[in-house]
Amino acid sequence: MLEYLKMDLWSPYVVGAGIGVLNLFAFLLSDKPIGCSTAYSRTSGMIEKLFRGSKVDEKAYYRKFEPVIDWEVMLVAGIVIGAFLSASISGEFRLETVPALWAERFGTDPLLRIAVAFLGGVLVGLGARWAGGCTSGHGISGTLQLAASSWLAVICFFIGGITTAMILFRAGI
Amino acid sequence: MDSMLKSLRSVIGLLIGVVFGFLLQKGGVTRYDVIVGQLLLEDFTVFKVMASAVITGMIGVHLLRSLGMVRLHPKPGSVGSSALGGLIFGVGFALLGYCSGTIAGAVGQGSIDALVGGIGGGLLGSGIFAELYPRLEEKVLRKGDFGDATFPEILGLNCWLVVVPAALVLLGILFWVERMGL
Repeated sequence: MLEYLKMDLWSPYVVGAGIGVLNLFAFLLSDKPIGCSTAYSRTSGMIEKLFRGSKVDEKAYYRKFEPVIDWEVMLVAGIVIGAFLSASISGEFRLETVPALWAERFGTDPLLRIAVAFLGGVLVGLGARWAGGCTSGHGISGTLQLAASSWLAVICFFIGGITTAMILFRAGI
Repeated sequence: MDSMLKSLRSVIGLLIGVVFGFLLQKGGVTRYDVIVGQLLLEDFTVFKVMASAVITGMIGVHLLRSLGMVRLHPKPGSVGSSALGGLIFGVGFALLGYCSGTIAGAVGQGSIDALVGGIGGGLLGSGIFAELYPRLEEKVLRKGDFGDATFPEILGLNCWLVVVPAALVLLGILFWVERMGL
């Protein structure tokens, strides 16, 4: 058992089946599908409240998704802890700013990597709220409920993602 | 009592998150190289994890629903929201190399690009959406609205007549991916 927990990587099928079963627990115990992107919107609202006060609560979007710490924010906090545990047990925890694949193509400048990650993050945050979900909320939890919105969204995630990745990494610069 | 229930709910959310993060990290999908490898169609780990989660969860959730133990929560959608938002998300997904959940996992394993660039950007992007929401809602998000319909409802079929073929198609693609050595 301990040896298994110490492994760097598990079979993607074991991990996938585990995530599927975990989703069932979310439905059973919390009456919710697993989804991560709402947490960013709530947290963003909480940060905005620090600067602009309670008038932030009056924004139409925050009347729908109140900017408070709740289930989704705890879920995302839990992911940080869980991944830290997994990486620590296997000895894979390491501080890294420039991933290997990125360095091979664009060099090792940490500022360039962080600037592009920031731009990507803005589009991920914006796009996830625009589409009403992300890779977990639509891509896994929504598709497994056979929701039409989620199948359309996940297909578009990958159309946008594959096209952009091919331009970034395969175009002859 | 109410606040106790609320704390219990939060603790359950946290625990589910811990297991989710643990699994994502063990699956390798909190790594930039693995996610971008998928988008370059060279490494199919992300697809394998997602498809096996969907097969397992789809059968399980419909079984529990048939037993009256859970309710479904399909999200509403429209062409303007799901398709356009999906494409914007996809471009960001490739630039960032993580998504909303895996980025939290990447932070947990020590990825600084995820923490400094990604989380900061994600919060700003969500804030921009909240600012634009009233105008977008009126002009874009309702275009081609199809509500929270599921495929069994749209097709007017018993859910198992969709669940079983969908599971078989996904399994078939997984076998093909393995045979191709991807």
